[in-house]
Amino acid sequence: MKTVCHHPGWLVSVVLIWIVWGTPSQASANDGPVATSQAMAILSYNTRIVLAGTALLGACCGAVGTHLFLRRRALLGDVVSHAALPGVCLAFLVQESLQPGSGKSLGGLMLGAGASALAGVACLEGIRRTRRLPDDAALAIVLSLFFGLGVVLLSIIQRLPTGSAAGLADFLFGKPAGLLLGDVLLIGGLSAIVLIVCGLLWKELLVVSFDAAFAVTQGWPVRALDLLVVLLVTAVTVIGMQCVGLLLVVALLIIPPAAARYWTDRVGTLILVSSGIGALSAASGVLLSAITPKLAAGAVIVVCAAAAFVLSLLFGFQRGAYHRWRQQRRAQRHAGRHDLLRASFELVERKLAESNATDDVTVPGWSLAQLETMRSWTPGRLPGLWRAAIRDGFVRADAAGLYHLTAEGARQARAAARQHRLWELYLIQYAGRHPVDVDPDADVAEHMLDPLIVRELESLLQPDHAANRVPASPHDAPARATPQAEATP
Amino acid sequence: MMSSVIQLVSEWGSYDTWIVITAALAAIACALPGNYLLLRRQSLLGDALSHAVLPGIVAGYLTWNAVEHSGWLPVSQAAGIRHLVLFGGAALSGLLCVLLAEWTQRWGRIDAGSALGVVFTTFFAVGLLLIRQAADQAHIDPSCVLYGNLELIVLDRIPGTPIPRAALINGLAVLINLSLWIVFYKELQLAAFDPGYAETIGIRASRLNYGSTMATAMTVVAAFETVGSILVIAMLIVPVATARLLTDRLPTMITVSVIVAAASAVLGMAALCCYRGRCSRPSVIPVSKMPGWRG
Repeated sequence: MKTVCHHPGWLVSVVLIWIVWGTPSQASANDGPVATSQAMAILSYNTRIVLAGTALLGACCGAVGTHLFLRRRALLGDVVSHAALPGVCLAFLVQESLQPGSGKSLGGLMLGAGASALAGVACLEGIRRTRRLPDDAALAIVLSLFFGLGVVLLSIIQRLPTGSAAGLADFLFGKPAGLLLGDVLLIGGLSAIVLIVCGLLWKELLVVSFDAAFAVTQGWPVRALDLLVVLLVTAVTVIGMQCVGLLLVVALLIIPPAAARYWTDRVGTLILVSSGIGALSAASGVLLSAITPKLAAGAVIVVCAAAAFVLSLLFGFQRGAYHRWRQQRRAQRHAGRHDLLRASFELVERKLAESNATDDVTVPGWSLAQLETMRSWTPGRLPGLWRAAIRDGFVRADAAGLYHLTAEGARQARAAARQHRLWELYLIQYAGRHPVDVDPDADVAEHMLDPLIVRELESLLQPDHAANRVPASPHDAPARATPQAEATP
Repeated sequence: MMSSVIQLVSEWGSYDTWIVITAALAAIACALPGNYLLLRRQSLLGDALSHAVLPGIVAGYLTWNAVEHSGWLPVSQAAGIRHLVLFGGAALSGLLCVLLAEWTQRWGRIDAGSALGVVFTTFFAVGLLLIRQAADQAHIDPSCVLYGNLELIVLDRIPGTPIPRAALINGLAVLINLSLWIVFYKELQLAAFDPGYAETIGIRASRLNYGSTMATAMTVVAAFETVGSILVIAMLIVPVATARLLTDRLPTMITVSVIVAAASAVLGMAALCCYRGRCSRPSVIPVSKMPGWRG
């Protein structure tokens, strides 16, 4: 599973192949509500066409949306899609006046939608240039003004005597079943162009999306690339107008990249996963609405994408909730073991001084109550940690019910105590902390000390602690002179 | 032009007056929380809310339908309760959307805009699905929710008085928002300009945020019926943005935004009556935008 997700190109191609060849378990979109038995019939040519078109669209949205997502401008897509409405209406009016009845030919509507979306973005840029209003206010203003204008035009159109105006609202909410072969070819062609542009400018778009400031300093034409992203978003919106509708295509721009973010930390992979999720949700949405009566395809596509988002949020390999919870638990367990071993060592150290035993393993045993006094434990934490330590073989119980460190446990305990004290000494010497209050600070950092840092500490605090010796605790001997003489900051 | 104005004045009736008053009240109610939203850079909250209330409205409608058919309630009281159910459903799903977005942002660790985008588009899609499912039981046209219905809403009056129900609701929204500003003025101002400092001196900026979001959701839902969800986005932000361009002081900004909101409603209605006397809402916006360019 992991390998598949690190090469999500796989997913995309598998889905595309599945769509193009069709599976015998799905029904045709154009048959309307069909019985389940009939749904088993082979996918009709028509449905396959619609599926291929919407899946391509989903992939496009996922790829383009990632750039918006990474630049934290996800809601720009929202503005673009709302701003396209007046263009659709105007284009309809123009086409209708040129040749009655041809008002809804898709090409012209797309052209109008694109033009007015770009006009909206230009307004946005104009407001932004004045630098007197925050960005989000500019977005809200342009969105509502353009959409308001669109609504006015729509209400005018609906009052026109021509009968063909009725379906114009479909462009708001989407109606993929109404796609004709010509439309799908148009959509497919445009999607392919968008994907090809994304592929050709892969590196440039990545640099800008990932770190715009860096791109500026490196001399990349960031403004031009930003404009290109806007153009791509407009193209995708216009393409998606008929399939999922202007009001829903924005979901396909926002949700797949947000979902993909939980699976990977690599930008390239992110784009691929995001287009995969987009294509999958678009395809499954169309299929679901084809085999179930009374499901609007556009909305189902969005709900599928949302389901993918929830799954990713919970189970994503990289940042999903489950993954993070497991990591946190692991870190907690590690820290707990560290605390326990250090406490044990300090106990052993005391007993070494009191008795005549020669090493950590042979000192007299101790009880859990004794250990409890060594530091302040979170209530109820100690017994669990203790059981884990016994299971891991760091600690053993003797016949009298007292506990001892094993050889391995003694080694680890020494290392833990050594890390803690080296860090304490470092803080006292270089950070000017007083020996009395250095302990809590050291407690925070000591779990994160990796061997490299420990070695660095050793060399800083030389020659006192070069050997594998555990330095004496600075709290026990506050009067002890700190090894200032050797310090060479 | 002159003749049309004369005609307008001579044809003006109490019906038109109530339309203007209702629209102005809705505009003012929206502009008040809009000031806070603009300063907190949450202008798109209106957009999100206007999409997110759809499932709540449809669910409320379906619930009401079911109750009505089951005959638990006498039909005579229907209108008022029905109103309340729809209102409650809308407010509930708006709040849920905002809470979920907040949760997604915090626990999912993505930026605020994306989190909001993910949640409200999903809500909107769910709402559309519900409408489609409910098509058998009732005809709900999503466009009604989107565009509002100012001319007809004025006909729905409170029994025994000439006051339209919508005017009362929007008036209540104005009162609530105004009193919130008055009572929490100091806190809101601080939280809007410097939330970090507000937190350090013990003002819970996050709690204020929740409160303002709730107030916004209520206001938006109250204004929906009157002007439609899409234009609410404009009414939340455009008068405020206009005011922001004209002044740098918060009290002046709030006052100016309220004046602009009221004036745009009146001017929009007047312009519209000159045009045809129908379909008032859309012209409300462009008028309010015009003074902005002078700033």
